[in-house]
Formats: sequence, C-alpha cells, structure tokens
Amino acid sequence: MSLSRLEKVFRTESSIGRESPSTEYRKALICFLTCGDPDLETTVDLVKAISNAGADIVELGIPFSDPLADGPTIQASSYRALEAGTTVSKAIECVEKIRRTLDVPLVLMTYFNPIYNYGLRQFAHDASAAGADGIILTDLPVEEAAQWKYAADEAGLATVPLVAPTSTKERIERISKMASGFIYCVSRTGVTGAGDILPSEVTELVGRTKSVSNLPVVVGFGISKREHVRKVLQHADGAVVGSALVDLIAKYQRTRHLLDQVSEFVRYLKG
Amino acid sequence: MSGKQTQVPDALGHFGPYGGRYVPETLITALEELTVAYQKYRTDPDFTAELSSYLRDYVGRPTPLYFAKRLTEELGGAKIYLKREDLCHTGAHKLNNVMGQILLARRMGKPRIIAETGAGQHGVATATACALFGLKCSVYMGTEDMERQALNVFRMRLLGAEVIPVDSGTRTLKDATSEAIRDWVTNVRDTHYIIGSVVGPHPYPMMVRDFQSVIGRETKEQVLQREGRLPDYIIACVGGGSNAMGIFYPFIEEPGVQLIGVEAAGEGIDTNRHCATLGKGRPGVLHGSMSYLLQDADGQVQLTHSISAGLDYPGVGPEHSFLKDTGRATYVSVTDAEALDAFCFLSKVEGIIPALEPAHALAYASKFVPNLDRDKLVVICLSGRGDKDVQTVAKHLGVSL
Repeated sequence: MSLSRLEKVFRTESSIGRESPSTEYRKALICFLTCGDPDLETTVDLVKAISNAGADIVELGIPFSDPLADGPTIQASSYRALEAGTTVSKAIECVEKIRRTLDVPLVLMTYFNPIYNYGLRQFAHDASAAGADGIILTDLPVEEAAQWKYAADEAGLATVPLVAPTSTKERIERISKMASGFIYCVSRTGVTGAGDILPSEVTELVGRTKSVSNLPVVVGFGISKREHVRKVLQHADGAVVGSALVDLIAKYQRTRHLLDQVSEFVRYLKG
Repeated sequence: MSGKQTQVPDALGHFGPYGGRYVPETLITALEELTVAYQKYRTDPDFTAELSSYLRDYVGRPTPLYFAKRLTEELGGAKIYLKREDLCHTGAHKLNNVMGQILLARRMGKPRIIAETGAGQHGVATATACALFGLKCSVYMGTEDMERQALNVFRMRLLGAEVIPVDSGTRTLKDATSEAIRDWVTNVRDTHYIIGSVVGPHPYPMMVRDFQSVIGRETKEQVLQREGRLPDYIIACVGGGSNAMGIFYPFIEEPGVQLIGVEAAGEGIDTNRHCATLGKGRPGVLHGSMSYLLQDADGQVQLTHSISAGLDYPGVGPEHSFLKDTGRATYVSVTDAEALDAFCFLSKVEGIIPALEPAHALAYASKFVPNLDRDKLVVICLSGRGDKDVQTVAKHLGVSL
C-alpha cells in the first residue's frame, strides 16, 4: 500500500521497513493561511512560497461567517476572504490548482456548517479528488462526527481531530479512535491567535495524547516564533503557525513584497 | 399525540435531528460538567426550594394572567388573556432563566459570569442576579444594539456589570453570542456562561426551556382556575425562542391547544431584511447546535434585520425546529410595521406598553383573533415591557424626544 502524503511527512528513515507502527516521527512545521485572503490566485502563490520555504504541511482555512473558535486575526482574515468571494467550491478549486504543481500535504480547516450545507459526502469526495489530504473541523466534536467520519473515510480524506487542555484522558482515547493523519493539540484554553508565552500544560497534554495514540501529535494556537516552534517540537511531532503568518499576509497583501516576506518568515520558523 | 414530543432531548441533547453540541473541544468538558450539575440539582429539594423562593420574592412570580377585556372587544373575536411576564423584576421573562442558572453556577463554584445580550433584557437580568449574589459579570453586546438599547446599557452598568462592545460582523446579538463563546472557551475553568435563550449547545436548550417553563405551568393553572378549561391558542414571539418554549412546553401534550410562534418579518420575508428563521431558513449549525438557520447558498450565515433587537437573530432554538417539523407548533411572521402598530394599539387600549418583541405576537393576534369565534380562548405571552423601546418607536414614528 502506498503511503499517503501525510504519512510520508512524519516518517523517519529508521521507521522504513518496520512492520509495527512507529511512534518516532520526523518533526513537521505546519503553516496555516486562509483560502482567498486576499484572493484565490494569491492563495495559490502563497502556498507555493510557503511550501518552497520549508513548510511540511499547509493548512488551508475555508472561511466561515461566524468563526467562533478564532481570535481577531483569523476573524478578520475570514472576513476578507468572504468579501473577496471565496466559497467552498472555490476553495476546492484552489486546492486543485495548488495540487497541479505541488506535492505538499494540504489539510483543510473549517467549521461544520459550510460543509454540511455543501453535503458531507459530496464535500469529502470533491476535496479529496482535488488533492486535499485531510480536514480539521473546529466545531465538530467526536459525539457529532459519525456521519462526517463515514463520508471522509469513504473518500480517503484524513479526519484530524482537536484535543484541548480540558480533554480528559478517556476523551482523548475516544477521539484518537476516529483520528487519522495526526492529532492536533490546542495549546491553551482559548481561541486562535499569536501568543508570547506557551503554557506549560501543553507538554502534559502532548504526553496524555501520546499515551493513548500512536499517531503523530502536533500543537497549535499561540505559536508565533521560532523559539515556540523549537520548544513545542521537543515533545510534539509538529508545530502549527497560523495567526502570525496571517498577520504578515494582511500586512503585506497590497505590496509586491508579500511572497518574499512570507517565505522569509517560514524559513525563520524552520530555522 | 404520543408522549414522545416532550421526551426530548436525548442524552446528547438531540431534538430529533436538531440540537446536539457543535462546539470547540475545549468546551466539551465544561458542558458535560454543566449537564451533570443540572441533572443533579433540577430535582434537588434545596435547589428547587431556593429557586422557588427567589422566583416568588425577588422576581415577583406568579405573574398575572390578565383578561384583556378592551383588547378582546376591539378585536371582536376570541377572548384574550395576556400572560404578564412584563411584570417580572427587570421587565421581562429573562430573569426566570437567569435565577436558575445563577443558583446553579454558585453550586458549581464559578465566581465569574458572562452573558450575551441583544435587546439588553437578558444582559440586565444577568447583571441584576450577579449584583444580588456579588458575582463578577461581563455582558457582550453588539455596538448596533448598544445604540438602539442605550437605556439598558446604562442599567447594566448601574448594576455593576461590565458591558463589552462587540464591533464584529453585524454588531448585533449573533456576534455578541460568538464573542461570549470565545470568552468562555478562554476562561472556561472559572466562568459560567448564562445563555439567554433556548439556543446553544446541550444542555442549554433543555435547561433554559425548563427554567422558562414556569411561564407555561402558571398559565395552565391560572387559565384552568379562571375558565375551567385550557386555551385554544397560545401565541408567543420567537427570536431564539425562550419565552415561547417556556409557555409552550407544559401544553405540548395537550393536543387541543394550538401553539403559534411569531417570528420577525422585518421589512418583509421576501426582502433580505428579516429574521424569520423557521419561515425562510434551512437546517444548519450556528452557536453550538443544529437548527433552522438563515444562511446563503454557500452556508454562510445571513444578515438579518428586525426593528426588535431581541428578535434580530439568524438562528432559533433547536426544539422549535423540532416542533415545526413535527407540526406540533405553527410558525408565522409579522413585519416591523405591523409590530409597531400593535405596540401602539396595546398601549392605547389596555394601558400596557409592550416590548417590541411581544408586539410581534400581538400583531399576529390582531390579524388572527378577529376570525375566531367568541367562545375561543387565546393566551398571548407578553414577554416584556416596552420602556426600553420607547426611543426606537419614537424614531420610527418621526417623533423627536
């Protein structure tokens, strides 16, 4: 069986040929941006720049009008993307365009309503056919996920769940059973947004998650600097940088320096 | 009618296909704790005794069921009773739910309370209860609502609450609710979120309904005492739908009682400036539950409009969606202009200035009741008083104060 793009990212040399699933993973830098901010064409260029600068996985947000898990940066970005005419269908087309030239794993991130409205099976099929590798649904906890999970599995799309500092070990165990690709640990109680200090409880959360699952475990929310990435990667298999990058895109989107600035930032994070 | 209609929600908060919990993982543990605490205390004798005593001595319950003689004569149809929730402390039914939740929050050891508010009535009720118990209180309110309900903003501040302006999106109840949820995600360990309507993730739609169903229980007792029988129709306005759920719920198993919810048609349901969610929406997820939702072709939540800030919301409680689909309740809508007329009409014929929200229920009654026989009985839930709306109404009537 051929390995999926997501599996390849986390795979180490030493794990090749081993039969049992390894829990030793290569460390990954994951970059988030909102699809369609400032516009869909620029998104294609941005993903190329981010990937070429060393990001191992790109997370692409499909904007929703009421992003209740997001802080001001991604709220504003979602708003710009919607104003620019981004729809679920156009986001899928964007994935397809990116996939024509890039092999970087693409994980979509959105809220339940836009994909419920699109049709769960249709969405899973179309996203997968366009070349998406997985999806994170911010407001879909495991209790409500059965129908989606069925559609995603059928289409071969990984369902990446979120676990939070408030998730008990029993819950994480239940969540990990429906997980594929990797598990996303939310570093703090709160919404998305660049932060200065990473709470110490995240190390404990990564440990709790790894104690019940063999999947790679990544950390996101509040990671905005190289030091954060390094600190997170001491325990986790991946670090997600979102708002800091989205801020940069917002700042330079009307200038010709946009792609250079973004590439430079990703290289700095990768360090 | 089978018994099934009131045996909702299930253990996961589902009313048929509606309800549930569509929230970030961070909140699940808190919702679970809240569900367990609520299940424990709802039948706890100390809790129910304490709640009853506050409802009686502080809120002013039972509220009267008032026979509106002149309104009945003017409309010339069925006999009309008004359930006077406008006479509750703070001027609306909102305190029924807030008292229940605040007593629960105290037992759960949460020192900080947050709430969202549209018209400001729920914010005022929450600020009031927090003052009563010395709890820290933050209320999220859209900046557009702060402008049209300036009086309530001042009342909340007088009561010691912090009013946090929300300037995102439509700057109304929808965005205030999103911002309150973001606060709760961030401060979930020491904060209880008092949702003001039968919306949100489980257990809120069930819990708020239960706390508000005191309206319907009293109505039943009072109408039986006055008339020796149950009413033929119950009419209530529906935004999120808490006063309607509260008065409907004890009558759901009474097949002879027709339940009518009245939504806000704004400038007309064929314009895009209304908030008739059950009339024009389709199922979707907003603020933690599956329900009818006003959304565009791409699943983005639509902009809404109503003259009444308390009804200006693109969602609706999941149990109303369930009652609509089962046909147990009927949902209609009236426009801003019709609600304004009803606001003025009730003021003149009964000496009662209603809030703009129940003015919608009255407006529908004014069209509907004249066609009914005189031996029919109608109860209208007068969910709040209109003091807060006087400025808005004056503006619409072209009167400068």
